[in-house]
Amino acid sequence: MATKFDIEGGDIAWCPGCGNYSIHNIVKTALQELDIDPKNLVLVSGIGQAAKAPQYIKCNYFNGLHGRSLPAAVGIKVSNPNLVVIVESGDGCMYGEGGNHFIHAIRRNSDITVLVHDNMVYGLTKGQASPTSEKGFTTPVQVNGVLNEPFNPIAIALSLKCSFVARAFCGDVQETKEIIKRAILHKGFSLVDIFQPCVTFNKINTYKWFKENTYYMKDHDETNINKAFEKALERSPLPLGVFYIEEKPTFESQQRVYKNSSEPLFKRKHNVEKLMNLIESKRRW
Amino acid sequence: MDLSVVICGEAGQGIQTIEYLFPNILKSHGLNVFSYKEYMSRVRGGSNSTLIRISDKPVRAFCKKTDILFSLSPGDVHLLRLLERIDDNTFVFIDSNSETKFNTKARIKKVPISSLALEAGNKLYSNSVVLGMLCGLLKLPFENVLVAIEKWFCNKGTKVCEENKKAVKLGYDYVYKNIEMNIETKIETNPSVKDHILMSGAEAVSLGALAGGCNFVSSYPMSPSTGVLTNLANHSRDFDIIVEQAEDEISAINMALGAWYSGARALVTTSGGGFALMVEALSLAGMIESPIVIHLAQRPGPATGLPTRTEQADLLFALFSGHGEFERVIFSPGNLEQAFFCTMKAFDIADKYQVPVFVLTDQYLMDMIYNFDKLGEIKSFSDYIVETAPDYKRYQFTENGISPRGIPSHGNGLVCVDSDEHDEYGRITEDFTIRNKMVEKRLRKLKNFSDEIPAEFIGNKDFTHLVICFGSTREIVLEASKDFENLAVLHLQQLYPLPSNLSKYLNRAKKVLLVESNATSQLGKLLKMEFGFSDFKTLNKYNGLPFYVEEIKDTLQKFMKGEI
Repeated sequence: MATKFDIEGGDIAWCPGCGNYSIHNIVKTALQELDIDPKNLVLVSGIGQAAKAPQYIKCNYFNGLHGRSLPAAVGIKVSNPNLVVIVESGDGCMYGEGGNHFIHAIRRNSDITVLVHDNMVYGLTKGQASPTSEKGFTTPVQVNGVLNEPFNPIAIALSLKCSFVARAFCGDVQETKEIIKRAILHKGFSLVDIFQPCVTFNKINTYKWFKENTYYMKDHDETNINKAFEKALERSPLPLGVFYIEEKPTFESQQRVYKNSSEPLFKRKHNVEKLMNLIESKRRW
Repeated sequence: MDLSVVICGEAGQGIQTIEYLFPNILKSHGLNVFSYKEYMSRVRGGSNSTLIRISDKPVRAFCKKTDILFSLSPGDVHLLRLLERIDDNTFVFIDSNSETKFNTKARIKKVPISSLALEAGNKLYSNSVVLGMLCGLLKLPFENVLVAIEKWFCNKGTKVCEENKKAVKLGYDYVYKNIEMNIETKIETNPSVKDHILMSGAEAVSLGALAGGCNFVSSYPMSPSTGVLTNLANHSRDFDIIVEQAEDEISAINMALGAWYSGARALVTTSGGGFALMVEALSLAGMIESPIVIHLAQRPGPATGLPTRTEQADLLFALFSGHGEFERVIFSPGNLEQAFFCTMKAFDIADKYQVPVFVLTDQYLMDMIYNFDKLGEIKSFSDYIVETAPDYKRYQFTENGISPRGIPSHGNGLVCVDSDEHDEYGRITEDFTIRNKMVEKRLRKLKNFSDEIPAEFIGNKDFTHLVICFGSTREIVLEASKDFENLAVLHLQQLYPLPSNLSKYLNRAKKVLLVESNATSQLGKLLKMEFGFSDFKTLNKYNGLPFYVEEIKDTLQKFMKGEI
């Protein structure tokens, strides 16, 4: 489907068959269906194969540092809450290098959507383990297999009462698109962990593997955090869908500066007279 | 008349109350005042001291001479630590109940600090007793003192207020009746001083940020930079400022860069260790050509170093931090008025040139307080943001290297910034020609950087000897150098790019002395690098305390005689 976010021509740096293409098309379609204005959209990313996503889409973007997409996104959104801010990065960028920011950005509850391309391996650095790699997964560095427990972004997010928590699989286009649309529309920090195969470096977690090792939650109460936790801890098979939703005030809506006006910061100026008075007040005490 | 009073005690004994009230009382009486505290990195106990200088002329520098010293604790612990500042002329006041083995020529006076506090209602009121004694020694009108006490304590309950008033009165009356000192305490008061501004360095930087249009601050608390964060947080109720305490300094600066990207004017305030964590994002600012203002309040390193003390050892760190090659500007204000001005200017320069701008201060500047007549003029700032056209190029090649800066949703264009090398639109490229042009564009931005803050020359125009200093040593060097005839002082607020008028003075000086609060003469290295100038003598201090006026004066004497 053609969208207003398409860029004519251009060279895409992803491997043929990469799950990134699928996520990319789903995101553009979702944005189109939500009728979002590209001029009002900022895509924020870090570094990695997934983090190149903004390069291939027509909108504003901030392609920052490895692991640091979330702080940048929080700064962007809170300085101008009228913007639609979507973060797109990989599992290494978001959960490894950016793990601390992941935790604290959830606590802040900025109204941003975070799409994590989770292929359980490092792509751009050529095939090392990622925080979400399964135990025993062998790589050029983890030659005897991964020893560490895999990072569970869903459970971590739930432990912080993340406002919107979901997991998707890029092979399921319709389901993933609907989850992403809900995530974008949700007011608050929305996490969508998206399984995707890495056709070059991960020969274990393939399209087939994801098909066989995932299922969609049925009749799941999205407002029940205990049930969500139970589901989050299931590993074989891995549940897909929306785990948890909690409506709560966003970081932006709680800022005092937006109490009386929703004008972004760039449209405001300090009152010089008020500042002079403040300085003058230091003459007395 | 120039009196210096030192109050020492443990953290938690209420020195802070005296340190706040006494200068205010003095100023309201028409006296010039300077205060600086040195303190340990602990919340309770230890040994801290505050110097309060009082004069009929403006005073703005840390000195060694101590005329009156009060110890809030029994015993000698604080006195021994301050030994080098106590001489035969010092009156040392300690509690009557205190045993002292203190052995100097200083005149020890035992006064009933703790028993008067108990008489007022609580031993905790010792600080109020001492305040009363200080005011009594100076024979300040008691009404002025009372007003201060009421303002400070009135919101803490009637009992506390009344008892503290009593404690102050008891202290005041005691010295009035019982203490004779053969030192000059009669001070000519100057009514215009009553209307002066009294503030700290941290406040001056914060107000400068506000004047520069700062409306976003994200930081992680770290001494001695935290005062700026708390000050801006206080002002955020009256001005539109978003204040966020980030999970770490990495987050703080990336958040600030995000804020600039969407049109805010953001500040980070930190110290060396915190700035070390920000360095990668400094490089990001260089690449995406984002403005950013970094208040770097130095403290002694390496690593955790001396967390609450002062040093000027991060100049070269600030200058060379960040991988890759990109421009930056470094300002180092020399006093409170300059701290205000530099910080205000930093926002304009950052915005105009789209580069990181440092305001390099230190604990000494942050924690000093003195009275002054006025701050520089504040104008409504103009920003450099443009409304974007449909084919907007964030990194458009221009003659001066500065591309008009748009922000998302302001205009019809798209604003794309990338930490990878990029083309004019901000999209990733590995085109060798574009790479060259982008590097050259970024490095061209400061080519026409006029001397925003020229080197400040103070002294005899026919000088033979020149002292050069930067940042917070300014006032100490000025006071120390004022009696030397052929000596002039050159103070640098703009450390990078170095101001062009500097070379004129370097060429004219027969002898040059660099005064720096660090061990390796970093300004000297910079002068060598930028001007090939290395014919200088050095004076360095790095024990964590600021220079004393006296020790600079001693060195200047030797310098003038050719002994160093």
